[in-house]
Amino acid sequence: MIQFILNNHDISTDLPSGSTVLDFVRYRQNLKGTKIGCREGDCGACTILVGELGDEKVRYRSMTSCLIPLANAAGKHIITIEGINPEDGSLTPVQQAFVDESGTQCGFCTVGFVMSLTGHCLESVSPHVSKGSVSPAGAAISAMDGNICRCTGYKSIERAARLLSEPPASAGGQNVANGSRIVPEYFDDICSRLSQLAKRLRLDQPITRAFLPIVAGGTDAYVQKPEFFAEVEATHLFYNDELRSVRDLGDYIEIGASATVTDLLESPVMNAIFPDLYKHLKLVSSTPIRNMATIAGNLVNASPIGDMTVWFLALDASILVSGRSASVNERGDRTANIPDVVREIPLADFYLGYKRLAKTDDEIVTAIRFKQPFGDFRFNFEKVCKRTYLDIASVNTAISLKLYDAGPPVPAVLLSEVEATKPRIQTAHVSAGGVSPIPLYLRKTSAFLMDKEISEETINLAAEIMQDEISPISDVRGSEDYKRLLLGQLFRAHFVELFATDPTEEISL
Amino acid sequence: MKNIDSHSHVRGESVYLDDIPLVEGTLFACVFDSPIAHGKLIGVDTTEAEKSEGVHRVILATDLIGENQIGGIVPDEPLLAESEVHFQGMPIAVVLAESEELGRKAAKKITAEIEPLPIVTDPRIAAANGDLIVPPKKFMLGDLNTAFGTCEYVFEGRTEQNGQEHLYIETQGAYSVPTENSGLRVYSSTQGPTAVQRAVCRVTGLPMHQVEIDVQRLGGGFGGKEDQANAWAAICAVGTQLTKRPVKYALHRMEDMRMTGKRHPYSSDYKIGLDKDLKILAYEATFYQNAGASADLSPPVLERTLFHCSNSYFIPNVTATAYSCRTNLPPNTAFRGFGGPQGMFVIESAIAKAAEELGVPASEIQRRNLIDNGDEFPYGQIAESDAITSWEQGDAKFDFAALQIEADDFNAGSKYFKKGVAMIPVCFGISFTKTPMNQAHSLVHVYTDGSVAVSTGAVEMGQGVNTKIAQVAAKVFGVPIEAVKVHTTNTLRIANTSPTAASAAADLNGRATQSACEAIRNRLLDVAVPLIEAGTPEGVTLTDGYVHLHGVRTSLDWATLIMTAHLERVNLSEHAHYATPGINFDWTIAKGHPFAYHVYGTAVVGVTVDCLRGRYEVDYVKCCHDFGMSMNSAVDNGQIEGGIVQGIGWMTMEEVVYDAEGKLRSNALSTYKVPDIHSIPKEIAILPLETDRENLAVFNSKAVGEPPLMYGIGAYFAIRNAIKAFRNCSPEIDAPFTPEKVLMNLYS
Repeated sequence: MIQFILNNHDISTDLPSGSTVLDFVRYRQNLKGTKIGCREGDCGACTILVGELGDEKVRYRSMTSCLIPLANAAGKHIITIEGINPEDGSLTPVQQAFVDESGTQCGFCTVGFVMSLTGHCLESVSPHVSKGSVSPAGAAISAMDGNICRCTGYKSIERAARLLSEPPASAGGQNVANGSRIVPEYFDDICSRLSQLAKRLRLDQPITRAFLPIVAGGTDAYVQKPEFFAEVEATHLFYNDELRSVRDLGDYIEIGASATVTDLLESPVMNAIFPDLYKHLKLVSSTPIRNMATIAGNLVNASPIGDMTVWFLALDASILVSGRSASVNERGDRTANIPDVVREIPLADFYLGYKRLAKTDDEIVTAIRFKQPFGDFRFNFEKVCKRTYLDIASVNTAISLKLYDAGPPVPAVLLSEVEATKPRIQTAHVSAGGVSPIPLYLRKTSAFLMDKEISEETINLAAEIMQDEISPISDVRGSEDYKRLLLGQLFRAHFVELFATDPTEEISL
Repeated sequence: MKNIDSHSHVRGESVYLDDIPLVEGTLFACVFDSPIAHGKLIGVDTTEAEKSEGVHRVILATDLIGENQIGGIVPDEPLLAESEVHFQGMPIAVVLAESEELGRKAAKKITAEIEPLPIVTDPRIAAANGDLIVPPKKFMLGDLNTAFGTCEYVFEGRTEQNGQEHLYIETQGAYSVPTENSGLRVYSSTQGPTAVQRAVCRVTGLPMHQVEIDVQRLGGGFGGKEDQANAWAAICAVGTQLTKRPVKYALHRMEDMRMTGKRHPYSSDYKIGLDKDLKILAYEATFYQNAGASADLSPPVLERTLFHCSNSYFIPNVTATAYSCRTNLPPNTAFRGFGGPQGMFVIESAIAKAAEELGVPASEIQRRNLIDNGDEFPYGQIAESDAITSWEQGDAKFDFAALQIEADDFNAGSKYFKKGVAMIPVCFGISFTKTPMNQAHSLVHVYTDGSVAVSTGAVEMGQGVNTKIAQVAAKVFGVPIEAVKVHTTNTLRIANTSPTAASAAADLNGRATQSACEAIRNRLLDVAVPLIEAGTPEGVTLTDGYVHLHGVRTSLDWATLIMTAHLERVNLSEHAHYATPGINFDWTIAKGHPFAYHVYGTAVVGVTVDCLRGRYEVDYVKCCHDFGMSMNSAVDNGQIEGGIVQGIGWMTMEEVVYDAEGKLRSNALSTYKVPDIHSIPKEIAILPLETDRENLAVFNSKAVGEPPLMYGIGAYFAIRNAIKAFRNCSPEIDAPFTPEKVLMNLYS
């Protein structure tokens, strides 16, 4: 029995836990406002909002309903356009902005955009806006980065977003824009309704069957094998709060396996370590997918171009896995989600071959951890694809450098002018995706960079070593020659990003 | 005036094919399509599928009661493969099942024995094999050979252009419901209800009056649902005919991408000759169109490539030859621009190449050769040109030279980022080039409560045609637009429709609506005259819901007038027909006056290329565009912005990839990329061209659907110019300019 709130209605359903929320709302609940565009999370026509209880408040996030198993809706507030429409037939401020700016033509994608922008308007002001990483209008526009429109050319949609982000339009988290409610009044009771539901669900905790396939965010599972997962019984780990935190443990940073990319993006711990976190993670899929996709899912998926995998490889991260067989009773029912047999595997040793992992099928990833950076630590992430955003990388790469502390701070000046004080690398970790059957930790390149002064020569020699470590193939994401060239360029881009004051300037590296 | 659908769109209450409430007993179709691009179909094994859960029936070509043929122009396209398969994705069998999921599962259990035959995907190879869809077509003006002899400079080259996936967000689909006496009502997501009706009638053997096609609206079309909606409607209709049950088929995205054709890729040769003043004296072009496995709309697309081979330029000596080449790909089809963009791209390539060789800016050659009033197009029509005006007004507003200087200055100070600028004039002919298609009907009813219902042959697909038609009726009747309802496009109400295509739907159907409304209005005025004691209809008008006499409002309101007219037994309905006057074309000499008018415009496109990574951004597209007297600037500006972004997508990131086996590799949204909200130009500036020329459009407003797409061509040449600013090179002209091609050109 899966229970959740759909718009203003309490839902209890015995439907297969793996069937999608999209099919449920359209074909079981006859809520036809949510559209089907691609069923792989790439068009956003089926975007809905998912409200989750946290700290006395419901947080709403946009997600593509084609990739959400019903099980992941349990205990949540699921909102479709029908749950937002004012009952008197009028429009919400978000809807009105789309009409006023002619942000809709054929209308098929429109609901998805309205949902994404509504979700954004319900959010408190993002710390990335407060910090100046993005303007209020830019944040509103980026909230629709998972929605594809083939008619408007988006300009009118941008204007609609601006209408809602210019003060005093949006009060940020206050459920009011331009003097009207963003969502109907019944939302006021959702928090208490979800709390009550949570209590019921706790009493009703299902026993998870052992040896079942695991689904976390489902963002790749439901793209690769939708029919399989729709019918099969699975263990759903999404929203398992124990597995979601990002914690500073002093020597280590530990990230729960169910943490989503958005959880990382919003984590104060991560933002403190990675000043460019917003810029970098914006390159990873889209807002609704980042709201669903888990870090562990990305790691165990073992895609050769997994963005987060490449990211963590360059942090020399390791993963914690638990054997699942430990707490299975004689009937084969598991009695707890996280058994206690735990071992740590360096991420760089985790990939044995294409989609082959150094763990047994019974082991699940529980956490990712990396060493707390100290001293002069630099990190950069690069990714190039056909489309800069909302795309899968042709090649991606990350680098982390620990520099010797000597010398004045480098980023303030052009390298060419500081010959005498060239920074020196103490340790380096470089990773690359799209250039091998596995996401690659570039051992030789990383080793070579140790103890080297940063110079044109160092970079060129490292780039040569790197070419021997990779084995790209030609496919729909690019030819072998291109991927080799591109990785070389992105490797160079790491240094431009980290050591030039302005990448448009002439620099000598 | 906003699009009349926008309110229901933002509330998610607009109805698309998949939203139509199902009739009891509905079955769901799923196609089993060919896994091989070319081969002899030895046998199909449907045994397992028929035993599969929930399967009602499996249909093969041999089950068809009518003819197994849906080719509209050339009868070369079976609905279901019979003895041969001609492309990967060609429908072979249809499963009818109790649910979509069960149908899909069963279709996977079908196998086909296919003896492979050689696969051709390259149009030049097909042409060399003599495998053409129709005989080659040729346009000639002047004397090419003599002219080349007089040229100071002659340059030759070759260009490649890839296709483009329509990616309407609503996939193809149809829903067929049985009506009494073996009739059918078919809901279809189509731009061409009559084309669907013909296809359905052909495969079922039913006469057209037994088959009703109804279209509410499309979730995007762009040409992809002009002819290619036929197959799915025909499949559902056959299913209904054979089972007496409603049959629905809404395609999964991957089925749609794999089984339907796209914009035609072209491979072309050009030769261009200029005099010392950079006047183009001679131009020769040879186009190899990749038509795919059957004709579909390839012949008229090929023709429009020829019609636009000289774009906005006057060239006194032109020979253009075009080959429609049969390959083992899904049949390529209409796509916004309909071959015109492909023709324009080649002349723009020739000019870019000449400019590069001569060391002059391409814009100099472009500007000096713009077509003027009285100049002749290669097909014989005499230009009423605004090419020069749109360039000059655009220059006055945007200062083209300053934009180039700004880019040059930036480039001088930047190592890894380079800016490129390109100009792109556009001239696009409005009318179907097949003259008989330039007709339309409108059926207007005024009900006794004063509300107005309009039906036309136009299909609403986001372009706002229903809004414009409602505006026409509201204007003629002098009533608020809320008093007018534009109904579904339905073949029982409007017969023998032309497809909603060629940018002409608002022109044709708007004019027909205008005639119908005017006929009713004139009868109403006759009723009004004695009531307001006017004597004659002279000076009597309908405005703001009242009868006016010499501009002064009388006490006679619209509702009273209508009821009075009804009681006096005056006809409050009208069915009007419109045919564009004065157009003709004679293919025996390839000359005539095919277009009611042309739309002109000039755009300047600026880009920044990240030469470290091979990425790029479009900084701006600024255009001076000829709207005529726009009926609805909100709708028209939306068409410009949307067209530009779609054109830029075609020229940059949208790459249709087939492998040598004819398998579509870019077969999903994860591998085929259209512009997202972050990849559009930072600025789109639209300056309406000011002219007061009369034309044949409705209320003097010009067609707007297709022309702006071609401004996107500027993005290609702007990127090319930016690369040349980084490195002295001559990139091959091979669209789209993907980040891969950019980086390879920058460094190898």
